[in-house]
Amino acid sequence: MTEKGLFPGVTRRDFMKTCMTVSAMLGLPYGMVTKVAQAAQKTDNRPTVIWLHFQECTGCSESLLRSTHPTVSNLILDMISLDYHETLMVGSGFQAEKSLTDSLLANKGNYILVVEGAIPTKDNGIYCKVHGKTAMDSLKHAAEGAAAIISMGTCASYGGIQSVGPNPTGAVGVRDIIKEKPIINIPGCPPNPYNFLSTVLYYVTFKKLPELDQMGRPKFAFGRRIHEHCERRPHFDAGRFARAFGDEGHSQGYCLYKLGCKGPATYANCSVLRFNDANVWPVSVGHPCIGCTEPDLLFKTAIADKVQIHEPTPFDSYAPIDLKDKGKGPDPLTTGVIGLAAGAAIGAGAMMAKKLPDGPEKGEDHGKTE
Amino acid sequence: MAKPSRRQFLKIMGATGAALLAGKKASAHEEHKINNETIGMLYDATKCVGCKACMSACKRVNGDYGSLSYERAKFDTDGLWDAPQDLSGSTRTLIKLFKQSEQEWSYVKYSCMHCQKPSCVSVCPVAAMTRDPETGIVDYNKNTCIGCRYCQVACAFNIPKFQWEKAIPQIVKCDLCKNTNLPKKGISACAEVCPAGAIKFGKRKDLLEEAEKRLQENPGKYINHIYGGQEVGGTNHIYLASMQFNKLGLPTLKEEAPAEFSEKIQHTIYKGFIAPVALYSTLCFIAVKNMKGHGEEGHDTKNDKGGHH
Repeated sequence: MTEKGLFPGVTRRDFMKTCMTVSAMLGLPYGMVTKVAQAAQKTDNRPTVIWLHFQECTGCSESLLRSTHPTVSNLILDMISLDYHETLMVGSGFQAEKSLTDSLLANKGNYILVVEGAIPTKDNGIYCKVHGKTAMDSLKHAAEGAAAIISMGTCASYGGIQSVGPNPTGAVGVRDIIKEKPIINIPGCPPNPYNFLSTVLYYVTFKKLPELDQMGRPKFAFGRRIHEHCERRPHFDAGRFARAFGDEGHSQGYCLYKLGCKGPATYANCSVLRFNDANVWPVSVGHPCIGCTEPDLLFKTAIADKVQIHEPTPFDSYAPIDLKDKGKGPDPLTTGVIGLAAGAAIGAGAMMAKKLPDGPEKGEDHGKTE
Repeated sequence: MAKPSRRQFLKIMGATGAALLAGKKASAHEEHKINNETIGMLYDATKCVGCKACMSACKRVNGDYGSLSYERAKFDTDGLWDAPQDLSGSTRTLIKLFKQSEQEWSYVKYSCMHCQKPSCVSVCPVAAMTRDPETGIVDYNKNTCIGCRYCQVACAFNIPKFQWEKAIPQIVKCDLCKNTNLPKKGISACAEVCPAGAIKFGKRKDLLEEAEKRLQENPGKYINHIYGGQEVGGTNHIYLASMQFNKLGLPTLKEEAPAEFSEKIQHTIYKGFIAPVALYSTLCFIAVKNMKGHGEEGHDTKNDKGGHH
């Protein structure tokens, strides 16, 4: 792939465009483009990357390669020194294994470990072996000397489909096995390649890891819910929903919430970044979001299940202003008249009380005589 | 006891009258003054785009502290939206739409006006409603409140709302995010998130200046009046709009604060506790006078009883 020199077929313009895209994605100011470009160009700066595959479908690697900028895959392979990647590397067998062990030793403490796929733990992890070593052992061994670990995809991040009940192989994500190393989760099924690219470039540029959320995901990519930036959101606010696949609402591009869209509960930048450099993503082609970046949604809730919305927002209509006339309230004349009447009544009462025969004793006497 | 004479009675009445007059004079000195250094908000209805970001932000920021909840509409079985129809025990601020015709319409934001002389503070019997003299924020203390809801009746703008549906209810009204967004970010949540610049947060003098400037720079765009500038003794939440304010649900009000007027009467009557003393003296006088006849009888019976012993 990379036999034609440093950046084969990459024009300066293409290179700067990619760096610009990455800077924008990271939310960096415009001036940082040069810094990113410098960091990407420095050959001695290239971090070593070891990419391990466990229980996976290689979809994450495919996603990375399928990014339609033809130059990006070249760029990523040259910007980083990818010493071991089972699908992409030329060598195989003992030769491949040797490059792994050599690199682990030579770059101890400095390399980035990328993990793709879940790790089986049941029966001492015998359900996934490479070169006679279980996935658990390989991961632990490779993680020892890693500067940081990137869990690529939902399987490596949380266990993915392998870990769904009954979970026959006891599959778990990297974070469940490795505790003492910094782990960046880039979930997704598959994850957007630019989220991975941006994370690596962030590390190369700033020599530190990006800010992470509670699930260990970079905030620049997983800071907001899909629902917040969805192009179908106005339909949600207006109460226009597709109620069945192919119905009129569906063909009109209405909101997919009632078809089970998990957008309101899923943190990811799909609705902004989209896929394949062609501005498409599942929701744009009429399929509800399945929540692939959330450990509790993907494969754990049915696609048709509706998610609960915890922070409802006002819908797209307005309460009318109530201009009903309120009562006039008491007017002075009425108050005066009533006051006078009340006063007169009290006065009359007092006078009557005065004229009454002297009360209780006589009354009692009267009672006694009767 | 000496028989109260006509002369004494007149003397007491005269003293009461003098005290009342003196009281009136004294209270005239503590006239209400507008403090323009206090903070408030300027809402420009012509800039508002009706996005309701302020409503969402208010509930998000003050939800826990202010015990606010989301209001589901009857048709909304999935709980998708927050659909308040008016300010309520769950809603501190609200955007409404007034539509006169297809061409003439205006949004309007409701929330506490933070009066310079608030009626709710004046009427509260336990001082649960307070106005901070420095910030001008009219705040509510749920721990002092006895739930009489007098503030609701007193407010000229119909702002304080009571949580009728809750077991331990509170009065709900805007407090300019005094305990939530303001200490953290120095701005109320609604003003912070407004994408159209329709809500300006700041000192009252700056807001008035800005409002005047907008009125002068855009002749014909606005009704030439700053609502809240003088109404009910001035409010810290002021409005600009292109439609008559009373059509937007903002009542036409006098410049004098009702609280000032009622306090004048109350404080005069109770000045130095003279009026109650006078009233009770008068009642005593009448009582003693009326006891003249009965007194002897009572005396007799007492003697009789004594005789029996």
